[in-house]
Amino acid sequence: MKELVVVSGKGGTGKTSMVSALASLSKNKVLCDADVDASDLHLIMHPQNKEDHEFFAGHVPRIDTQVCTQCGLCKMNCRWHAIDDNFTIDLIACEGCGVCYYICPEQAILFDENKCGHWYIANSRFGHMVFAKLGIAEENSGKLVTLVRQEANKLAQQKQLDFILTDGPPGIGCPVIASIGGATLVLIVTEPTIAGLHDLKRIIELTKHFKIPSRVCINKYDINLKMSQEIESTAEANDSKVIGKIPFDPFFTKAMVEGKTIFEYDPENSICKTITTMWDCLWNEISESNN
Amino acid sequence: MIISIASGKGGTGKTTLSVNMALSMDSDVTLLDCDVEEPNAHLFIKPDQVKTESVTVLVPKVDMTKCSYCKKCYEICQFKAITVFKETVLTFPGLCHSCGGCALICPENAITEEDREIGTIEIGQKNNVKLIMGTLNVGEAMAPPLIHKVRTHHEPSKITFIDAPPGTSCPVVASIKGSDFVILVTEPTPFGLYDLGLAYQVIQHLSIPCGIVINRSDIGDQKVKQFAHENHIPILMEIPFDRAIAEAYSEGTPLIEKYPEWKQKFLDLYDTIEKIVISKK
Repeated sequence: MKELVVVSGKGGTGKTSMVSALASLSKNKVLCDADVDASDLHLIMHPQNKEDHEFFAGHVPRIDTQVCTQCGLCKMNCRWHAIDDNFTIDLIACEGCGVCYYICPEQAILFDENKCGHWYIANSRFGHMVFAKLGIAEENSGKLVTLVRQEANKLAQQKQLDFILTDGPPGIGCPVIASIGGATLVLIVTEPTIAGLHDLKRIIELTKHFKIPSRVCINKYDINLKMSQEIESTAEANDSKVIGKIPFDPFFTKAMVEGKTIFEYDPENSICKTITTMWDCLWNEISESNN
Repeated sequence: MIISIASGKGGTGKTTLSVNMALSMDSDVTLLDCDVEEPNAHLFIKPDQVKTESVTVLVPKVDMTKCSYCKKCYEICQFKAITVFKETVLTFPGLCHSCGGCALICPENAITEEDREIGTIEIGQKNNVKLIMGTLNVGEAMAPPLIHKVRTHHEPSKITFIDAPPGTSCPVVASIKGSDFVILVTEPTPFGLYDLGLAYQVIQHLSIPCGIVINRSDIGDQKVKQFAHENHIPILMEIPFDRAIAEAYSEGTPLIEKYPEWKQKFLDLYDTIEKIVISKK
Protein backbone atom coordinates (compact mmCIF):
# COMPACT_ATOMS: atom_id res chain seq x y z
CA MET A 1 0.00 0.00 0.00
CA LYS A 2 1.41 3.41 -0.94
CA GLU A 3 0.35 6.62 0.73
CA LEU A 4 1.02 10.27 -0.05
CA VAL A 5 0.35 12.61 2.86
CA VAL A 6 0.05 16.34 2.18
CA VAL A 7 1.13 18.57 5.07
CA SER A 8 2.42 22.11 5.40
CA GLY A 9 3.74 23.18 8.79
CA LYS A 10 2.16 26.59 8.35
CA GLY A 11 -1.61 26.68 8.03
CA GLY A 12 -3.45 28.02 5.02
CA THR A 13 -0.83 27.28 2.37
CA GLY A 14 -3.22 25.31 0.16
CA LYS A 15 -3.03 21.66 1.28
CA THR A 16 -6.71 20.87 0.73
CA SER A 17 -6.84 22.70 -2.61
CA MET A 18 -3.77 20.73 -3.68
CA VAL A 19 -5.22 17.39 -2.51
CA SER A 20 -8.41 18.17 -4.44
CA ALA A 21 -6.35 18.85 -7.56
CA LEU A 22 -4.34 15.62 -7.10
CA ALA A 23 -7.62 13.74 -6.51
CA SER A 24 -8.58 14.74 -10.07
CA LEU A 25 -5.35 13.23 -11.42
CA SER A 26 -4.64 10.14 -9.36
CA LYS A 27 -6.39 6.85 -10.09
CA ASN A 28 -7.41 3.74 -8.15
CA LYS A 29 -7.15 5.31 -4.76
CA VAL A 30 -8.85 6.01 -1.46
CA LEU A 31 -9.03 9.59 -0.24
CA CYS A 32 -8.38 10.29 3.42
CA ASP A 33 -8.96 13.55 5.28
CA ALA A 34 -6.72 13.41 8.33
CA ASP A 35 -7.29 17.06 9.31
CA VAL A 36 -9.92 15.96 11.81
CA ASP A 37 -10.00 19.29 13.71
CA ALA A 38 -11.12 21.24 10.67
CA SER A 39 -11.78 18.82 7.85
CA ASP A 40 -12.52 20.66 4.61
CA LEU A 41 -11.89 18.11 1.83
CA HIS A 42 -15.58 17.13 1.80
CA LEU A 43 -16.44 20.69 0.65
CA ILE A 44 -14.83 19.92 -2.71
CA MET A 45 -15.31 16.14 -2.87
CA HIS A 46 -19.05 16.20 -1.92
CA PRO A 47 -19.09 12.67 -0.46
CA GLN A 48 -22.32 10.65 -0.80
CA ASN A 49 -23.89 7.65 0.99
CA LYS A 50 -22.02 8.29 4.16
CA GLU A 51 -21.50 5.48 6.72
CA ASP A 52 -21.46 7.22 10.09
CA HIS A 53 -19.46 5.73 12.98
CA GLU A 54 -19.08 7.08 16.49
CA PHE A 55 -15.58 7.62 17.83
CA PHE A 56 -14.88 6.87 21.47
CA ALA A 57 -11.58 7.66 23.15
CA GLY A 58 -10.64 8.14 26.74
CA HIS A 59 -13.00 8.54 29.66
CA VAL A 60 -14.75 11.33 31.50
CA PRO A 61 -15.17 11.36 35.30
CA ARG A 62 -18.48 11.96 37.05
CA ILE A 63 -18.90 12.35 40.81
CA ASP A 64 -21.85 10.55 42.40
CA THR A 65 -22.82 13.13 45.03
CA GLN A 66 -24.92 10.55 46.94
CA VAL A 67 -21.81 8.50 47.68
CA CYS A 68 -19.22 11.31 47.89
CA THR A 69 -18.11 12.19 51.44
CA GLN A 70 -16.23 15.30 50.26
CA CYS A 71 -12.96 14.06 51.70
CA GLY A 72 -11.15 16.13 49.07
CA LEU A 73 -8.61 13.50 48.00
CA CYS A 74 -9.67 13.89 44.36
CA LYS A 75 -9.31 17.69 44.46
CA MET A 76 -5.90 17.48 46.11
CA ASN A 77 -4.48 15.10 43.54
CA CYS A 78 -5.92 16.68 40.40
CA ARG A 79 -3.05 18.40 38.64
CA TRP A 80 -5.42 20.38 36.45
CA HIS A 81 -7.44 21.86 39.36
CA ALA A 82 -10.51 20.52 37.57
CA ILE A 83 -12.49 19.78 40.75
CA ASP A 84 -13.84 22.78 42.63
CA ASP A 85 -14.93 23.29 46.26
CA ASN A 86 -18.42 22.11 45.37
CA PHE A 87 -16.99 18.88 43.93
CA THR A 88 -18.08 19.82 40.44
CA ILE A 89 -15.74 18.69 37.67
CA ASP A 90 -14.72 21.25 35.05
CA LEU A 91 -14.71 19.02 31.97
CA ILE A 92 -12.77 21.57 29.93
CA ALA A 93 -9.90 21.57 32.44
CA CYS A 94 -10.14 17.79 33.02
CA GLU A 95 -7.40 15.80 31.31
CA GLY A 96 -9.18 12.44 31.64
CA CYS A 97 -6.27 10.92 33.58
CA GLY A 98 -8.48 8.93 35.94
CA VAL A 99 -6.50 9.72 39.10
CA CYS A 100 -9.66 10.92 40.88
CA TYR A 101 -11.52 7.75 39.85
CA TYR A 102 -8.77 5.46 41.11
CA ILE A 103 -8.04 7.35 44.30
CA CYS A 104 -11.57 7.89 45.65
CA PRO A 105 -11.86 5.83 48.87
CA GLU A 106 -15.68 5.67 48.49
CA GLN A 107 -15.58 4.74 44.78
CA ALA A 108 -17.88 7.72 44.31
CA ILE A 109 -16.45 8.67 40.94
CA LEU A 110 -17.65 7.06 37.74
CA PHE A 111 -15.46 7.04 34.65
CA ASP A 112 -17.59 7.00 31.52
CA GLU A 113 -16.43 6.27 27.98
CA ASN A 114 -16.04 9.50 26.07
CA LYS A 115 -17.65 9.93 22.69
CA CYS A 116 -15.46 12.52 21.06
CA GLY A 117 -16.41 12.54 17.41
CA HIS A 118 -17.55 10.74 14.30
CA TRP A 119 -15.79 9.15 11.39
CA TYR A 120 -17.26 8.44 7.97
CA ILE A 121 -16.78 6.28 4.89
CA ALA A 122 -18.36 7.63 1.72
CA ASN A 123 -18.18 7.68 -2.07
CA SER A 124 -17.12 10.62 -4.15
CA ARG A 125 -16.64 11.29 -7.84
CA PHE A 126 -12.91 10.74 -7.26
CA GLY A 127 -13.17 7.54 -5.29
CA HIS A 128 -13.96 6.32 -1.81
CA MET A 129 -13.26 8.67 1.01
CA VAL A 130 -12.64 8.33 4.76
CA PHE A 131 -12.97 11.44 6.91
CA ALA A 132 -13.91 12.50 10.39
CA LYS A 133 -15.19 15.24 12.61
CA LEU A 134 -13.71 15.65 16.06
CA GLY A 135 -16.18 16.85 18.69
CA ILE A 136 -16.08 20.45 19.80
CA ALA A 137 -13.12 21.28 22.09
CA GLU A 138 -12.22 17.59 22.29
CA GLU A 139 -8.82 15.99 22.83
CA ASN A 140 -7.68 12.71 21.24
CA SER A 141 -7.33 14.19 17.74
CA GLY A 142 -4.20 12.06 17.24
CA LYS A 143 -6.18 8.88 17.92
CA LEU A 144 -8.90 9.89 15.47
CA VAL A 145 -6.28 10.66 12.81
CA THR A 146 -4.77 7.21 13.35
CA LEU A 147 -8.22 5.65 13.05
CA VAL A 148 -9.15 7.36 9.74
CA ARG A 149 -5.83 6.32 8.23
CA GLN A 150 -6.27 2.73 9.38
CA GLU A 151 -9.81 2.66 7.95
CA ALA A 152 -8.60 4.15 4.66
CA ASN A 153 -5.98 1.41 4.51
CA LYS A 154 -8.58 -1.31 5.24
CA LEU A 155 -10.93 0.09 2.61
CA ALA A 156 -8.18 0.28 -0.02
CA GLN A 157 -7.26 -3.35 0.64
CA GLN A 158 -10.92 -4.43 0.45
CA LYS A 159 -11.36 -2.67 -2.88
CA GLN A 160 -7.99 -3.96 -4.14
CA LEU A 161 -6.63 -0.48 -4.52
CA ASP A 162 -3.03 0.31 -3.73
CA PHE A 163 -2.87 4.04 -3.09
CA ILE A 164 -4.12 6.40 -0.39
CA LEU A 165 -4.10 10.18 -0.85
CA THR A 166 -4.22 11.90 2.55
CA ASP A 167 -4.96 15.53 3.41
CA GLY A 168 -2.96 16.27 6.56
CA PRO A 169 -3.32 18.87 9.34
CA PRO A 170 -1.20 22.00 9.90
CA GLY A 171 1.45 22.19 12.63
CA ILE A 172 3.91 19.53 13.85
CA GLY A 173 2.14 18.13 16.91
CA CYS A 174 0.30 14.90 17.58
CA PRO A 175 -2.27 15.06 14.74
CA VAL A 176 0.54 15.63 12.24
CA ILE A 177 2.73 12.90 13.72
CA ALA A 178 -0.27 10.55 13.57
CA SER A 179 -0.88 11.50 9.93
CA ILE A 180 2.60 10.88 8.55
CA GLY A 181 3.73 7.69 10.32
CA GLY A 182 4.26 4.94 7.73
CA ALA A 183 3.62 7.20 4.73
CA THR A 184 5.46 6.46 1.47
CA LEU A 185 6.06 10.12 0.78
CA VAL A 186 5.10 13.47 2.31
CA LEU A 187 4.31 16.47 0.13
CA ILE A 188 4.85 19.75 1.98
CA VAL A 189 2.83 22.63 0.55
CA THR A 190 4.41 25.90 1.57
CA GLU A 191 4.28 29.61 0.71
CA PRO A 192 7.14 32.03 -0.09
CA THR A 193 6.96 33.99 3.16
CA ILE A 194 9.18 34.33 6.19
CA ALA A 195 6.57 32.40 8.22
CA GLY A 196 6.25 29.73 5.52
CA LEU A 197 10.04 29.21 5.49
CA HIS A 198 10.27 29.11 9.30
CA ASP A 199 7.50 26.54 9.54
CA LEU A 200 8.84 24.51 6.58
CA LYS A 201 12.13 23.95 8.42
CA ARG A 202 10.26 22.45 11.36
CA ILE A 203 7.97 20.17 9.35
CA ILE A 204 10.94 18.92 7.27
CA GLU A 205 12.78 18.22 10.54
CA LEU A 206 9.75 16.23 11.70
CA THR A 207 9.69 14.11 8.52
CA LYS A 208 13.41 13.45 8.88
CA HIS A 209 12.89 12.51 12.56
CA PHE A 210 10.42 9.85 11.40
CA LYS A 211 12.57 8.91 8.38
CA ILE A 212 9.88 9.73 5.83
CA PRO A 213 11.01 11.24 2.52
CA SER A 214 9.50 14.60 1.59
CA ARG A 215 9.04 16.83 -1.42
CA VAL A 216 8.00 20.48 -1.43
CA CYS A 217 5.56 22.51 -3.48
CA ILE A 218 5.65 26.32 -3.25
CA ASN A 219 2.17 27.80 -3.61
CA LYS A 220 1.89 31.45 -4.76
CA TYR A 221 5.65 31.36 -5.36
CA ASP A 222 5.67 34.62 -7.32
CA ILE A 223 4.60 36.67 -4.30
CA ASN A 224 8.26 36.65 -3.23
CA LEU A 225 10.85 35.18 -5.62
CA LYS A 226 13.75 35.66 -3.18
CA MET A 227 11.90 33.76 -0.45
CA SER A 228 11.03 31.03 -2.99
CA GLN A 229 14.74 30.62 -3.73
CA GLU A 230 15.49 30.35 -0.01
CA ILE A 231 12.86 27.64 0.25
CA GLU A 232 14.51 25.75 -2.62
CA SER A 233 17.91 25.93 -0.91
CA THR A 234 16.41 24.88 2.44
CA ALA A 235 14.72 21.88 0.84
CA GLU A 236 17.95 20.79 -0.89
CA ALA A 237 19.95 21.18 2.32
CA ASN A 238 17.49 18.87 4.08
CA ASP A 239 17.35 15.86 1.73
CA SER A 240 14.21 17.21 0.09
CA LYS A 241 13.45 19.03 -3.15
CA VAL A 242 11.01 21.56 -4.56
CA ILE A 243 9.09 19.73 -7.26
CA GLY A 244 6.38 22.28 -8.00
CA LYS A 245 6.06 26.05 -8.03
CA ILE A 246 2.54 27.38 -8.45
CA PRO A 247 2.04 31.08 -9.25
CA PHE A 248 -0.58 33.09 -7.37
CA ASP A 249 -3.92 32.91 -9.17
CA PRO A 250 -7.38 33.83 -7.82
CA PHE A 251 -8.86 30.92 -9.78
CA PHE A 252 -8.01 28.56 -6.87
CA THR A 253 -10.44 30.51 -4.69
CA LYS A 254 -13.04 30.72 -7.47
CA ALA A 255 -12.88 26.92 -7.95
CA MET A 256 -13.27 26.41 -4.17
CA VAL A 257 -16.30 28.73 -4.02
CA GLU A 258 -17.95 26.58 -6.71
CA GLY A 259 -17.01 23.38 -4.89
CA LYS A 260 -14.83 22.20 -7.76
CA THR A 261 -11.25 21.13 -8.23
CA ILE A 262 -9.17 23.46 -10.41
CA PHE A 263 -9.22 20.82 -13.16
CA GLU A 264 -13.02 20.94 -13.20
CA TYR A 265 -13.21 24.72 -12.94
CA ASP A 266 -10.71 25.73 -15.64
CA PRO A 267 -8.78 22.82 -17.14
CA GLU A 268 -7.07 25.14 -19.67
CA ASN A 269 -5.37 27.19 -16.97
CA SER A 270 -1.59 26.75 -17.20
CA ILE A 271 -1.48 25.94 -13.47
CA CYS A 272 -3.28 22.68 -14.28
CA LYS A 273 -0.34 21.74 -16.50
CA THR A 274 2.14 22.66 -13.74
CA ILE A 275 0.32 20.49 -11.22
CA THR A 276 0.05 17.60 -13.69
CA THR A 277 3.83 17.69 -14.19
CA MET A 278 4.30 17.79 -10.42
CA TRP A 279 1.94 14.85 -9.98
CA ASP A 280 3.81 12.80 -12.61
CA CYS A 281 7.02 13.41 -10.69
CA LEU A 282 5.38 12.48 -7.36
CA TRP A 283 3.77 9.34 -8.72
CA ASN A 284 7.09 8.24 -10.21
CA GLU A 285 8.74 8.50 -6.80
CA ILE A 286 5.81 6.86 -5.00
CA SER A 287 5.57 3.88 -7.34
CA GLU A 288 9.32 3.27 -7.21
CA SER A 289 9.55 3.61 -3.44
CA ASN A 290 10.06 0.67 -1.10
CA ASN A 291 8.13 2.46 1.72
CA MET B 1 -8.04 42.45 29.45
CA ILE B 2 -7.13 39.28 27.52
CA ILE B 3 -7.97 39.20 23.82
CA SER B 4 -7.37 35.95 21.94
CA ILE B 5 -7.09 35.74 18.19
CA ALA B 6 -8.26 32.39 16.77
CA SER B 7 -9.69 31.13 13.49
CA GLY B 8 -10.38 27.47 12.89
CA LYS B 9 -8.86 27.59 9.43
CA GLY B 10 -5.11 28.11 9.16
CA GLY B 11 -3.56 31.00 7.32
CA THR B 12 -6.43 33.47 7.71
CA GLY B 13 -4.35 36.19 9.36
CA LYS B 14 -4.27 35.50 13.12
CA THR B 15 -0.61 36.43 13.52
CA THR B 16 -1.04 39.48 11.27
CA LEU B 17 -3.89 40.71 13.47
CA SER B 18 -2.32 39.93 16.86
CA VAL B 19 1.06 41.46 15.92
CA ASN B 20 -0.43 44.62 14.43
CA MET B 21 -2.94 45.14 17.24
CA ALA B 22 -0.16 44.76 19.82
CA LEU B 23 2.17 47.18 18.00
CA SER B 24 -0.64 49.74 17.49
CA MET B 25 -1.54 50.11 21.16
CA ASP B 26 -0.36 53.22 23.00
CA SER B 27 0.24 51.36 26.27
CA ASP B 28 2.65 48.53 27.09
CA VAL B 29 1.11 45.20 26.15
CA THR B 30 1.93 41.51 26.30
CA LEU B 31 1.70 39.27 23.24
CA LEU B 32 1.57 35.55 24.00
CA ASP B 33 2.37 33.38 20.98
CA CYS B 34 0.52 30.16 21.85
CA ASP B 35 0.98 28.60 18.41
CA VAL B 36 3.83 26.62 19.95
CA GLU B 37 4.05 24.12 17.05
CA GLU B 38 4.74 26.87 14.51
CA PRO B 39 5.22 30.23 16.28
CA ASN B 40 5.52 33.16 13.89
CA ALA B 41 4.92 36.39 15.83
CA HIS B 42 8.64 36.85 16.56
CA LEU B 43 9.36 37.04 12.82
CA PHE B 44 7.37 40.30 12.70
CA ILE B 45 7.99 41.71 16.19
CA LYS B 46 11.76 40.97 16.00
CA PRO B 47 12.19 41.26 19.80
CA ASP B 48 15.40 42.36 21.52
CA GLN B 49 17.08 41.04 24.70
CA VAL B 50 15.55 37.62 24.28
CA LYS B 51 15.78 35.34 27.31
CA THR B 52 15.23 31.61 26.79
CA GLU B 53 14.00 29.12 29.37
CA SER B 54 13.62 25.39 29.05
CA VAL B 55 10.13 24.01 29.69
CA THR B 56 9.84 20.58 31.23
CA VAL B 57 7.07 18.20 32.23
CA LEU B 58 7.16 15.40 34.79
CA VAL B 59 7.49 11.82 33.60
CA PRO B 60 7.79 8.58 35.61
CA LYS B 61 11.09 7.05 36.64
CA VAL B 62 10.87 3.48 37.88
CA ASP B 63 13.21 1.99 40.49
CA MET B 64 13.34 -1.59 39.30
CA THR B 65 14.86 -2.76 42.61
CA LYS B 66 11.53 -1.95 44.28
CA CYS B 67 9.12 -2.94 41.47
CA SER B 68 6.96 -6.01 42.12
CA TYR B 69 5.49 -6.13 38.57
CA CYS B 70 1.97 -5.73 40.00
CA LYS B 71 0.96 -3.73 36.85
CA LYS B 72 -1.06 -1.18 38.82
CA CYS B 73 0.82 1.60 36.99
CA TYR B 74 -0.21 0.11 33.64
CA GLU B 75 -3.83 -0.22 34.82
CA ILE B 76 -4.18 3.39 35.96
CA CYS B 77 -2.47 4.98 32.94
CA GLN B 78 -5.07 6.25 30.47
CA PHE B 79 -2.44 7.15 27.92
CA LYS B 80 -0.48 3.87 27.55
CA ALA B 81 2.64 5.69 28.68
CA ILE B 82 3.80 2.96 31.06
CA THR B 83 3.59 -0.79 30.72
CA VAL B 84 4.93 -3.89 32.42
CA PHE B 85 6.49 -6.37 30.03
CA LYS B 86 7.91 -9.62 31.40
CA GLU B 87 10.41 -8.49 34.03
CA THR B 88 10.73 -4.89 33.02
CA VAL B 89 8.73 -1.67 33.04
CA LEU B 90 8.68 0.31 29.81
CA THR B 91 7.79 3.97 29.79
CA PHE B 92 6.85 6.06 26.75
CA PRO B 93 7.57 9.60 27.97
CA GLY B 94 6.16 11.22 24.81
CA LEU B 95 2.73 9.79 25.65
CA CYS B 96 2.81 10.75 29.33
CA HIS B 97 0.36 13.46 30.43
CA SER B 98 2.16 14.00 33.76
CA CYS B 99 -0.87 13.19 35.90
CA GLY B 100 1.26 11.51 38.60
CA GLY B 101 -1.18 8.60 38.76
CA CYS B 102 1.42 5.84 38.40
CA ALA B 103 3.62 7.30 41.15
CA LEU B 104 0.59 7.72 43.39
CA ILE B 105 -0.78 4.22 42.92
CA CYS B 106 2.46 2.20 43.08
CA PRO B 107 2.22 0.08 46.27
CA GLU B 108 6.02 -0.30 46.42
CA ASN B 109 6.79 3.46 46.03
CA ALA B 110 8.95 2.40 43.11
CA ILE B 111 7.94 5.34 40.90
CA THR B 112 9.23 8.88 41.20
CA GLU B 113 8.92 11.68 38.69
CA GLU B 114 11.66 13.46 36.78
CA ASP B 115 11.74 16.43 34.42
CA ARG B 116 11.74 16.01 30.67
CA GLU B 117 12.16 18.95 28.31
CA ILE B 118 9.35 19.48 25.77
CA GLY B 119 10.27 22.91 24.45
CA THR B 120 11.34 26.42 25.28
CA ILE B 121 9.86 29.78 26.17
CA GLU B 122 11.49 32.95 24.88
CA ILE B 123 10.76 36.37 26.34
CA GLY B 124 11.70 39.52 24.49
CA GLN B 125 10.71 43.16 24.07
CA LYS B 126 10.17 45.46 21.10
CA ASN B 127 8.82 48.97 21.63
CA ASN B 128 5.66 48.59 23.70
CA VAL B 129 5.30 44.84 23.13
CA LYS B 130 6.58 42.17 25.48
CA LEU B 131 6.54 38.98 23.42
CA ILE B 132 6.40 35.57 25.08
CA MET B 133 6.61 32.69 22.66
CA GLY B 134 6.60 28.95 23.20
CA THR B 135 8.43 26.64 20.79
CA LEU B 136 7.61 22.93 21.00
CA ASN B 137 10.57 20.62 20.35
CA VAL B 138 10.18 18.91 16.97
CA GLY B 139 8.95 15.36 17.57
CA GLU B 140 6.97 16.24 20.70
CA ALA B 141 3.30 15.33 20.37
CA MET B 142 1.61 17.51 22.97
CA ALA B 143 1.30 21.25 22.67
CA PRO B 144 -1.06 22.04 25.62
CA PRO B 145 1.50 21.66 28.48
CA LEU B 146 3.76 24.22 26.79
CA ILE B 147 0.79 26.47 25.99
CA HIS B 148 -0.21 26.44 29.66
CA LYS B 149 3.31 27.58 30.60
CA VAL B 150 3.18 30.42 28.03
CA ARG B 151 -0.16 31.52 29.50
CA THR B 152 1.35 31.82 33.00
CA HIS B 153 3.22 34.87 31.69
CA HIS B 154 0.04 36.90 31.49
CA GLU B 155 0.36 40.11 33.55
CA PRO B 156 -3.05 41.29 34.80
CA SER B 157 -1.97 44.96 34.80
CA LYS B 158 -1.39 44.96 31.02
CA ILE B 159 -3.54 44.25 27.99
CA THR B 160 -2.70 40.77 26.70
CA PHE B 161 -3.10 39.53 23.14
CA ILE B 162 -2.97 35.79 22.51
CA ASP B 163 -2.04 34.44 19.08
CA ALA B 164 -3.76 31.03 19.03
CA PRO B 165 -2.95 28.07 16.77
CA PRO B 166 -5.28 26.94 13.93
CA GLY B 167 -7.79 24.15 14.53
CA THR B 168 -10.51 23.57 17.10
CA SER B 169 -9.16 21.05 19.57
CA CYS B 170 -7.07 21.00 22.73
CA PRO B 171 -4.24 23.38 21.72
CA VAL B 172 -6.82 26.04 20.80
CA VAL B 173 -8.79 25.53 24.01
CA ALA B 174 -5.60 25.74 26.09
CA SER B 175 -4.68 29.00 24.30
CA ILE B 176 -7.98 30.85 24.58
CA LYS B 177 -9.85 29.66 27.67
CA GLY B 178 -10.30 32.36 30.27
CA SER B 179 -9.98 35.16 27.68
CA ASP B 180 -12.28 38.16 27.90
CA PHE B 181 -12.85 38.19 24.15
CA VAL B 182 -11.99 36.11 21.09
CA ILE B 183 -11.48 37.61 17.64
CA LEU B 184 -12.23 35.00 14.97
CA VAL B 185 -10.22 35.78 11.86
CA THR B 186 -11.66 34.25 8.71
CA GLU B 187 -11.71 34.49 4.93
CA PRO B 188 -14.88 34.62 2.81
CA THR B 189 -14.47 31.16 1.25
CA PRO B 190 -16.16 27.76 1.82
CA PHE B 191 -13.17 26.50 3.87
CA GLY B 192 -13.11 29.73 5.87
CA LEU B 193 -16.85 29.54 6.57
CA TYR B 194 -16.91 25.86 7.56
CA ASP B 195 -13.97 26.15 9.94
CA LEU B 196 -15.36 29.41 11.34
CA GLY B 197 -18.53 27.50 12.24
CA LEU B 198 -16.47 24.91 14.14
CA ALA B 199 -14.39 27.55 15.92
CA TYR B 200 -17.55 29.46 16.87
CA GLN B 201 -18.92 26.32 18.54
CA VAL B 202 -15.71 26.09 20.61
CA ILE B 203 -16.08 29.74 21.69
CA GLN B 204 -19.70 29.15 22.66
CA HIS B 205 -18.65 26.05 24.63
CA LEU B 206 -16.20 28.24 26.54
CA SER B 207 -18.78 31.04 26.92
CA ILE B 208 -16.49 33.81 25.68
CA PRO B 209 -17.84 36.83 23.72
CA CYS B 210 -16.47 37.04 20.20
CA GLY B 211 -16.39 39.01 16.98
CA ILE B 212 -15.24 38.37 13.42
CA VAL B 213 -12.53 39.94 11.32
CA ILE B 214 -12.76 39.09 7.63
CA ASN B 215 -9.38 39.03 5.91
CA ARG B 216 -9.06 39.16 2.10
CA SER B 217 -12.67 40.33 2.37
CA ASP B 218 -13.18 41.12 -1.32
CA ILE B 219 -12.46 37.59 -2.63
CA GLY B 220 -14.84 34.63 -2.28
CA ASP B 221 -18.51 34.95 -1.43
CA GLN B 222 -20.93 36.52 1.07
CA LYS B 223 -21.68 33.44 3.18
CA VAL B 224 -19.37 34.38 6.07
CA LYS B 225 -21.24 37.68 6.44
CA GLN B 226 -24.54 35.78 6.28
CA PHE B 227 -23.32 33.42 9.00
CA ALA B 228 -22.28 36.37 11.17
CA HIS B 229 -25.67 38.06 10.78
CA GLU B 230 -27.65 34.87 11.43
CA ASN B 231 -25.71 34.25 14.64
CA HIS B 232 -25.57 37.89 15.75
CA ILE B 233 -21.78 37.91 15.75
CA PRO B 234 -20.38 41.41 15.14
CA ILE B 235 -18.14 41.86 12.12
CA LEU B 236 -15.43 44.01 13.64
CA MET B 237 -13.20 44.69 10.65
CA GLU B 238 -12.71 43.81 6.99
CA ILE B 239 -9.26 43.77 5.44
CA PRO B 240 -9.40 43.70 1.61
CA PHE B 241 -6.94 41.59 -0.38
CA ASP B 242 -3.93 43.66 -1.33
CA ARG B 243 -0.94 42.12 -3.04
CA ALA B 244 1.30 44.75 -1.46
CA ILE B 245 0.16 43.65 2.02
CA ALA B 246 0.87 40.01 1.05
CA GLU B 247 4.34 40.97 -0.17
CA ALA B 248 5.10 42.97 2.99
CA TYR B 249 3.89 40.00 5.07
CA SER B 250 6.15 37.68 3.09
CA GLU B 251 9.16 39.79 4.11
CA GLY B 252 8.20 39.96 7.80
CA THR B 253 7.09 43.61 7.65
CA PRO B 254 4.15 44.41 9.96
CA LEU B 255 1.13 45.88 8.14
CA ILE B 256 1.23 49.13 10.13
CA GLU B 257 4.80 49.76 8.97
CA LYS B 258 3.73 49.48 5.34
CA TYR B 259 0.45 51.36 5.87
CA PRO B 260 0.68 53.55 9.02
CA GLU B 261 -2.94 54.66 8.61
CA TRP B 262 -3.99 51.15 9.76
CA LYS B 263 -2.70 51.88 13.28
CA GLN B 264 -5.80 53.97 14.03
CA LYS B 265 -8.05 51.20 12.64
CA PHE B 266 -6.48 48.67 15.04
CA LEU B 267 -6.88 51.13 17.94
CA ASP B 268 -10.54 51.59 17.00
CA LEU B 269 -10.89 47.79 16.86
CA TYR B 270 -9.54 47.53 20.39
CA ASP B 271 -11.98 50.25 21.60
CA THR B 272 -14.92 48.39 20.05
CA ILE B 273 -13.88 45.18 21.76
CA GLU B 274 -13.39 46.91 25.10
CA LYS B 275 -16.92 48.35 24.90
CA ILE B 276 -18.38 44.90 24.13
CA VAL B 277 -16.51 43.29 27.03
CA ILE B 278 -17.61 45.99 29.48
CA SER B 279 -21.23 45.73 28.32
CA LYS B 280 -21.24 41.97 28.89
CA LYS B 281 -19.95 42.21 32.48
